[in-house]
Amino acid sequence: MNWISIGTLSDIPRRGARCVATPQGKIAVFRTADDAVFAIDDHCPHKGGPLSQGIVHGAAVTCPLHNWVISLETGKALGADEGTVRTIPVKREGERLFLALEALASRAA
Amino acid sequence: MTEKLVIIGNGMAPGRMLEHLLEQAPGRYAVTIFNAEPRVNYDRIMLSPVLSGEKAYEEIIIHGDGWYIANDITLYKGHKIVAIDRTAKTVTSDHGVTEAYDKLVIATGSVPFIIPVPGHNLPGVLTYRDLDDVQAMMLAAQSRAKAVVIGGGLLGLEAAAGLNAQGMDVTVLHVMPTLMERQLDPAAGYLLQRAVEQRGIKVITKANTKAITGDGKVERVELADGTIIPATLVVMAVGIRPNSALAKEAGIAVNRGIVVDAGMRSNDPDIYALGECAEVGGMVYGLVAPLYEMARVAAHQLAGDESAAFAHMDTPTKLKVTGIDLFSLGDFAEGEDRQEIVLRDASAGVYKRLVLKDDRIIGTVLYGETADGAWFNDLKKKQTDISEMRDTLIFGQSYQGGAPLDPMAAVAALPDDAEICGCNGVCKGKITGAITGKGLTSLDDVRAHTKASASCGSCTGLVEKLMVLTLGDTYNPAAVQPMCSCTTFGHDEVRRLIKAKHLKTIPAVMQELEWKTSCGCAKCRPALNYYLVCDWPDEYADDYQSRFINERVHANIQKDGTYSVVPRMWGGVTNAAELRAIADVVDKFEIPMVKVTGGQRIDMLGIRKEDLPAVWADLGQAGFVSGHAYAKGLRTVKTCVGSDWCRFGTQDSTGLGIRIEKFMWGSWTPAKVKMAVSGCPRNCAEATCKDVGVICVDSGYEIHFAGAAGLDIKGTEVLGQVRTEDEALEHIVALTQMYREQGRYLERIYKWAKRIGIAEIKRQIMDDAHKREAYYDRFIFSQKFAQVDPWSERVSGKDKHEFQPMASVGFAQAAE
Repeated sequence: MNWISIGTLSDIPRRGARCVATPQGKIAVFRTADDAVFAIDDHCPHKGGPLSQGIVHGAAVTCPLHNWVISLETGKALGADEGTVRTIPVKREGERLFLALEALASRAA
Repeated sequence: MTEKLVIIGNGMAPGRMLEHLLEQAPGRYAVTIFNAEPRVNYDRIMLSPVLSGEKAYEEIIIHGDGWYIANDITLYKGHKIVAIDRTAKTVTSDHGVTEAYDKLVIATGSVPFIIPVPGHNLPGVLTYRDLDDVQAMMLAAQSRAKAVVIGGGLLGLEAAAGLNAQGMDVTVLHVMPTLMERQLDPAAGYLLQRAVEQRGIKVITKANTKAITGDGKVERVELADGTIIPATLVVMAVGIRPNSALAKEAGIAVNRGIVVDAGMRSNDPDIYALGECAEVGGMVYGLVAPLYEMARVAAHQLAGDESAAFAHMDTPTKLKVTGIDLFSLGDFAEGEDRQEIVLRDASAGVYKRLVLKDDRIIGTVLYGETADGAWFNDLKKKQTDISEMRDTLIFGQSYQGGAPLDPMAAVAALPDDAEICGCNGVCKGKITGAITGKGLTSLDDVRAHTKASASCGSCTGLVEKLMVLTLGDTYNPAAVQPMCSCTTFGHDEVRRLIKAKHLKTIPAVMQELEWKTSCGCAKCRPALNYYLVCDWPDEYADDYQSRFINERVHANIQKDGTYSVVPRMWGGVTNAAELRAIADVVDKFEIPMVKVTGGQRIDMLGIRKEDLPAVWADLGQAGFVSGHAYAKGLRTVKTCVGSDWCRFGTQDSTGLGIRIEKFMWGSWTPAKVKMAVSGCPRNCAEATCKDVGVICVDSGYEIHFAGAAGLDIKGTEVLGQVRTEDEALEHIVALTQMYREQGRYLERIYKWAKRIGIAEIKRQIMDDAHKREAYYDRFIFSQKFAQVDPWSERVSGKDKHEFQPMASVGFAQAAE
């Protein structure tokens, strides 16, 4: 597995997200209240809303466009809605954060 | 033949006596009541929540006017009895009404004790006894100045907490070394003092008041040690004494109080006394439970049951200050023949002490965690031998026998004769019996039928648990719509508790109100953030991660993830330089669309998030600030050209609109607020479908509010008419502040007004100058922290992380 450094934990506000720009589109990297880190495509399965701009609560984010709630762990829409967004493996070593490159490439393929 | 029963005094004790009497001997007496206070019977125990703003007077009425009419009782309000003629068997009021009696009940209550220091009669010195005192204190509190409460007992601390909640700077003077020394041991008194001080109330113990001084009114309090405390309000809460002067003048036996036998009868067989004015068995009482017992006994006696007798009882004391849990019962002085069990948990702020004698509980002090109070009370009352469970006794009932620490199980385990409501002496069996026997389904029903939780309300939680146990899932405790699935509380309850418990952060709200999720959801977090911003403008640190994206980045998100930007154009007026700057920005950033909005502004759409700070920098150069087109806050004030240009204009509507907008921009509100000012009734600015609108007329300004022109269409209501522009501004600001303080998050003004009532809003804003000024002042205070242009802040680098990707990856690697 090829891990790419994307920055440090403190780059992301608690209960917030930052984007990582890639040739295939933006990836949203989330940091929860208890410092767990998740990465998913910045693209709501409903109408493509930028999930990185939503409100983060627990291990979920509410899309800013139409309030779908997406699980950060599974990428699945919670509640009555149905849809899934791709999750990207993310690793934390001390303060540093890494995304899995293969996963990036696989989408381009 | 009906006998004539006359009652002097209309407090809680005679009120309760009448309830019993009407049940036991209906129609036996023609009842006449003389009340020195000009009102009906209300719950005096609840005066503290009225003072702190947690309840309104209407909510604490026990018997409304209708009750007296329905029961055919004559009530003279505001009539003070000045003479009892025992020979003629009549009483006479200060208004000259004379009424004959067959039986007379004296229930004149008590009078507050006034320390006779110099200056005790200056204007600004109050006592804490009835609704008039509370209203006087609330009026004085509007000045937000300094208050001194003399007396660190139950009443004094409740008064101090109430005045503090009303925004006053409060100092409590207490003559003893620790607070509430009659009910608490020194350790609990210390914890209490710390909790009181944490609310911003100063406490001086061992304080001997020497004098109250000032020029024609209270200005300061001087202590014996030379300390001088500035104050505009002094509340004396050092104790009460029975009000027995009237009885004494009539020649009835009086000692400390009016001397009565166990049947509540005085030395005149036709005259009874009960309540705080009565002395029975050498004791006078001030807590509600024994007074209600007196009422029960007196009613039985009047109904002809001469066996009813009053017996001395110990009553638990509870402090009614929201957020401080305190319970004290019985005797807790140390002694050679006594042992004690103490539990301290400093981190949780818990202190418990049981005083034992011969393996029986004789005294209990609980601080911070009082749920087991009822159980300890029960053990004490029944003189239960506790030697078997001595080791675990202090951990409470649910701990015995290794049962799980579940509050529901604890209530289930209580015996049927365990007392649940101390005020009204209602045991568990009576409540569960009434629920099943009478088919009760709501808390109000239970209160009505059993009186449980109907006085001080501190047992409400226990009663609700009993309802859940008895009714199972059919009991729905929250008829109120909860804020979201993270809590059972509704918006109003949460707002009230934020103020009452002094909750100043989102985690504090969630912790104290027992949120069901670890960090809320997208529904409750923005609401809580708004409530905290509104209630603690100077102290609360705005939590941007709890704001919707538009308010976090100060622009409006569009369906494709780009943003739109609307600069502020005061009153909808612009000029060539501003338009040129906008044109330049549009060219430079290749903004795909420019549009004029319904609120007389220019909207630039399709801006990439990364470009926002640069766009704002250029707009800022031209003097533009944020137009808050994204905010739950003041959006726009539309205007027409008014008397400057229009041949019909009656006033400078453009000028007033700009003035309102410059005064109010930056303020956060429960939902968006759109305003308009029209220069004449032709109403070109369309002010009559706005949240707040003004129609200028020759004689002044007609203020409108509660219009809607969105999902709902609704014309405005008229708030009232004022003569000057200054007045118009003051009224609009006060109205907005009232809405800010009471509105539920996302509730527009027209919905809030429908809920509160147009008449009530008019009353507070148009008729009550004090209320209006207080709202106005609070708005101004809040604006000190709100009027910061968010765009220029971000141009200077604030929240930089919001506008840039964390990293760009894969571009180089993709080529590998």
